[in-house]
Amino acid sequence: MANSDYKTIVKDGLWDNNGVFSMLLGMCPAMAMTTSATNGFGMGLATAVVMAASSWLVAIFRNQITTEVRIPVYILIVAAMVTVVDLGMNAWMHELYKVLGLFIPLIVSNCLPLARLEAFAAKQPPLPAFMDGLFMGLGFTIALTAVGAVREIIGSGTLFADASLLLGPTFKVIEMRILPSDMGVLMMILPPGGFIVTGMLVVVKRLLDLRAGKEIQMTGAHAV
Amino acid sequence: MTTSHTASDGPALSQPKMFKHGVILCLFCLGFGLVLSITNEITLDDISARAIEDKQNSLSQVLPDELHDNNPVTDTLTMTNAEGKELTVFRARKNGQVTGVAYEIFGSGYAGEMKLMMGIAADGKLLGVRVLAHKETPGLGDKIEVKKGPWIERFTGLSVGNPPIERWKVKKDGGDFDQFAGATITPRAVLKAIRSGLEFFAENKTALTKGD
Repeated sequence: MANSDYKTIVKDGLWDNNGVFSMLLGMCPAMAMTTSATNGFGMGLATAVVMAASSWLVAIFRNQITTEVRIPVYILIVAAMVTVVDLGMNAWMHELYKVLGLFIPLIVSNCLPLARLEAFAAKQPPLPAFMDGLFMGLGFTIALTAVGAVREIIGSGTLFADASLLLGPTFKVIEMRILPSDMGVLMMILPPGGFIVTGMLVVVKRLLDLRAGKEIQMTGAHAV
Repeated sequence: MTTSHTASDGPALSQPKMFKHGVILCLFCLGFGLVLSITNEITLDDISARAIEDKQNSLSQVLPDELHDNNPVTDTLTMTNAEGKELTVFRARKNGQVTGVAYEIFGSGYAGEMKLMMGIAADGKLLGVRVLAHKETPGLGDKIEVKKGPWIERFTGLSVGNPPIERWKVKKDGGDFDQFAGATITPRAVLKAIRSGLEFFAENKTALTKGD
């Protein structure tokens, strides 16, 4: 059981216990939505918002939610937050919604938010739970952006293409062409590329951890 | 975890306990149902305003401003297309004369239905085609969107006969239009949709352009 020390929460979320690279959770969006770095980044951010909000809510109601009904209540809360984000973005961030709209409902089927509610938010006060949801979500964003970046560079030869559609015209500068367009390896954008790149990045992360002398965390979702 | 295990392994839950869980679940459903309906209420007007703006934007791309002095979004006509589906036709008029029409066309793409808006002048020339919604693979099939590539702009100015209708196909199928590397199904579906849209115009030309 992790203590509620915020530094640990941040480090766990972003690296040590990263949702994708350590716990191997949320694999569906991690592979389906990462055909480009921009897509991965947008999906990750939307997930982070939902995770922070639902972790906070579950922590508030943690004494009222009985063990027997906790799973339906968690799913209800995640689904409600996803719908709120979906409606709000459609109304007030319409340009962003046109890019990400298709992906938002998929957050409900992501098991990472549910895992964090069960493993962390259900036993912690609201503020640490909020931080855990937020940083787990940001760690997820980093992972999805990394997978997306590798797939995009090898697959289409670009990096952060269409970032200005997501982030606004000022970000036009980060749209890069790394390789000539005819050099793209198509397979990397197709589903097999998702598996290959995710697998390789998991290996890279573990090698880095080994080199740093850390014990590899073979934890899974429930050991925090 | 321990409580839930004894609950399923041990004797059945006592009536009052089960009742309590039901009430808790019910209260959460009520509470979040309320949250959702409030959110819906707050966002409703903005969302429908955005939807109208989107429609206006897509119409202005396929019905150029200089062609009309009316508002095509409200100048509509309801027709039935070849598949028996109801179709809203938006009309552009200048001095009362119909100068062009726009309507939605549908195609079956690689990953589901796609919806396009097609504008066609009264003389049968394409004013433009734009994709409204699709589920094609990002990075491959989505080059049909105008913001991802110029492919869809190729159709502007063409008409039946230029090229002949049997050449309204992708090059792989012996037609005049490029497919994308790695995605043939998507442009093929777009072309099929456009062909059906052109046929619809040819069959209903008088009804579409007479302007009442």
